[in-house]
Amino acid sequence: MTSLTINEREVTVTSGEDTPLLWVIRDELGLTGTKFGCGIGLCGACTVHVDGRAIRSCITPVAAVAGTRITTIEGLDPAGAHPLQKAWIATQAPQCGYCQSGQIMQAATLLKDFPEPTDRDIDAVMGGNLCRCMAYVRIRKAIHLAAAELKERE
Amino acid sequence: MAGLRFPANPDAPASAARRGFLIGAAGAGFVLAFARPGRVFADPAEAIAASAYEPNLWCRIDADGIVTVNIIRAEMGQHVGTALARILADELEADWADVRIDHVDSDPKWGLMVTGGSWSVWQSFPLLSQAGAAARTALIEEGARLLGVAPSACTARASTVSAGGRSIRYAEIVRRGDLSRQYSADELKAMPLKPASERRLVGRDTQAIDIPDKTDGKAIYGIDARVAGMLYARPKLPPTRNGSKVLSIDDAAAKSIPGYHSALALDDPSGTVPGWVMVFADSYAAAIRAADQVQVRWDSDDTAQVSEQQILDHGAKLIADPAAGARVFDDAGVEDAFAQAASVLEHTYTTASVLHFQLEPVNALAFEKDGRWEIHTGNQWQSLILPTLAKALGVGEDAVVMRTYLLGGGFGRRLNGDYAVPAALAAKALGRPVKMVLTRADDARFDSFRSPSIQRVRMAFDAAGAVTAMQHDACAGWPTEVMVPAFMPKGANGVAYDPFAIAGADSWYGVGAQRVRALSNDLANRAFRPGWLRSVGPGWTNWASECFIDEAAHALGVDPVAFRLRLLDGKGRNAGSAPNAVGGALRLAAVIRRAAEKAGWGGTLPADTGLGIAATFGQERDMPTWTACVARVRVDRASGIVVAERLTLVVDAGTIVHPDGALAQMEGAALWGLSMALHEGTRFVDGQVRDTNLDTYTPLRIGDVPALDIEFVASTEAAVGLGEPATTVVAPAIGNALFAAVGARVRDLPIRPDAVRAALEQKSA
Repeated sequence: MTSLTINEREVTVTSGEDTPLLWVIRDELGLTGTKFGCGIGLCGACTVHVDGRAIRSCITPVAAVAGTRITTIEGLDPAGAHPLQKAWIATQAPQCGYCQSGQIMQAATLLKDFPEPTDRDIDAVMGGNLCRCMAYVRIRKAIHLAAAELKERE
Repeated sequence: MAGLRFPANPDAPASAARRGFLIGAAGAGFVLAFARPGRVFADPAEAIAASAYEPNLWCRIDADGIVTVNIIRAEMGQHVGTALARILADELEADWADVRIDHVDSDPKWGLMVTGGSWSVWQSFPLLSQAGAAARTALIEEGARLLGVAPSACTARASTVSAGGRSIRYAEIVRRGDLSRQYSADELKAMPLKPASERRLVGRDTQAIDIPDKTDGKAIYGIDARVAGMLYARPKLPPTRNGSKVLSIDDAAAKSIPGYHSALALDDPSGTVPGWVMVFADSYAAAIRAADQVQVRWDSDDTAQVSEQQILDHGAKLIADPAAGARVFDDAGVEDAFAQAASVLEHTYTTASVLHFQLEPVNALAFEKDGRWEIHTGNQWQSLILPTLAKALGVGEDAVVMRTYLLGGGFGRRLNGDYAVPAALAAKALGRPVKMVLTRADDARFDSFRSPSIQRVRMAFDAAGAVTAMQHDACAGWPTEVMVPAFMPKGANGVAYDPFAIAGADSWYGVGAQRVRALSNDLANRAFRPGWLRSVGPGWTNWASECFIDEAAHALGVDPVAFRLRLLDGKGRNAGSAPNAVGGALRLAAVIRRAAEKAGWGGTLPADTGLGIAATFGQERDMPTWTACVARVRVDRASGIVVAERLTLVVDAGTIVHPDGALAQMEGAALWGLSMALHEGTRFVDGQVRDTNLDTYTPLRIGDVPALDIEFVASTEAAVGLGEPATTVVAPAIGNALFAAVGARVRDLPIRPDAVRAALEQKSA
């Protein structure tokens, strides 16, 4: 039994303590927006936020996040209208879309750390997120677009 | 409520086509319907529960004016539903805001269900245009009657029929009118289509309907399918793909894993997954762990000792036998031309195994419900795997239905639906729903990856340096032979061949007497299951032919662009023909000229930097997508590392239906090509692929992306395919640019730094 907060909801999960968080999120909690890609933390499709930081849920045992606040793609914005989500639509970034939850969650912490990211910042932070459709040109464009919107809001 | 029935699927049985086009009463019923603004696949269970279909229903207009277009193609990133619906809606003169798309489940009424070959838009364009035009005609006639005017006085725009100052919405025509109309297949064919200048949706940008749900976690893929009471399964994969038998299973160690259920050797009447053991658990996390603990002993066939080099050596032996293989082109005079040539150039090219590595590992949920087997998974070729599933389950094909989900990448992996079979067998054996998911390593080992290939290309020249003959021999594992031999045509010598594994070698260059030989690598076919991987044959044939053309140009001392233009004379069989290849080789020459111009061909460059060109007609001579690429690379001589700085692509794909979607396909395809040129590739070792995850298999990442300059030729010619062609030009363009930069010629793909260093050393030796 592990207690945690997911998308502002307090839950107690029964999966074994060494169960990867990914499967708790997907199979026990039924939040399928977080995806399984490689299982070894190298594709980024399973990226979620733990206390606001991007982590790879496929290699994170659920016990390690007990008591934390977890945010998945479903909880990033109540209306699905985070500046990144809007930018992803504006640039028509997704192709198959399978990696995009992870891309967006990773990009969300990128923008916290680098509010006006350079292309090098993007390469460094987003390099761990594989897009097999190779929609990288638009992912980069979308991140710049969202950064611009966030700056305008200030 | 009225509906529109369109039986005119090009692949539908003739009897269905003869029934003609109907407009009449039709029931409601959606499965996995998109509801604007794109609630994609949001609640499949509810949608499935409500499913009910009218036969041959291609599009429907409801009483509220909502136009629903049925899409039989898989959505795997190409936004295909948006493009296809735009084609129909344009002729229908529908208000785009009222258009919905519905990705349908398998049903014989759809005819051949396949999403591949870059065929979707090309095949569907004429059909959906005629269907839309017929529906528009009927709505105008009925609208005219309701308005009390002559149909000739009416126009249709934005789902409204207007005459003079009066108008009536389609919704009202559907509610009040009598739309019982029938068109014969001939009438449908003769249906007057709008001139290109009257198009209002085709050729203009819109946002793809499937995208919003792909940004907020609502999109549902096969891996997300679930049903009450299902067990999770992970397979234990045998040592070889085709010839292993289970000797014993020991699950003692697995019993301590909480949630472990059982392990089972599959009995597979279809022969699809010989030697498979399934490990079941209450959760997938437990299934992963339990499978690691289950010990299986197998008896394996001799392919457990087969490796990549043996496959290539076997291919070389087949190529050396002049009697072997199918002759796709076999012009008279080839032997004489080579015998009498003033000079002959010959080179051999190889390509390594490539994994699909679609990010969503293959998976399937299977269960029996009301006497029918339901297979829930993403798939690209339902018509191919349904008979196999029926055989495996021992039921008729009508007792199996494939439910449609989004695909977390297709790239050809899901053309081969073999992964659905073990889930179905397990569900039958256990008598309860089974959801099978492969881990990434399982997926790589079970991939029907791109076969290694070996090719020999020869060219004969006369004393003046004119090309008098060319021979291209290509040997690889043949997916079509292994999975659907009925699709294989016969060569000029009566030998059947895999058309998808040789396409590209049958080029549009005028090279005198031409011979193209397609050779099946039977050792590859036995050792693994060769797959169709994005672009299939042109992925290797273009590597050989376009590098070779470059080598020939340099051997003659002619500029590689000028040499190509000289050969693209558009004569004889390269003149082209209507409707798909109007202009022939001259259109290929045009994109080469334009790409060279855009890329600054012939200009001065920094040291160790070079431009290379390559061109392709895409997938098939019958559906040419004229494509050229200039790559600019920088080479580090010390390390042998090649960096792509810029890719300039020009494509003439005829009419472009959805320009932004087309551009996205070009971007993705070009970067796939770059990834296969410089970043990824594996080797077959002792019956298995060597690389099974991202620790050693390294596709292109965001920081590797070069500048991309992509241009479409404005055209109103037939719309052809765009998903694949750009994939195949990048590698030879880079190989040629590498030579231009530092004089190193590499003939093995992917281009590896050690091969570059070796080529540089050889050059200086």
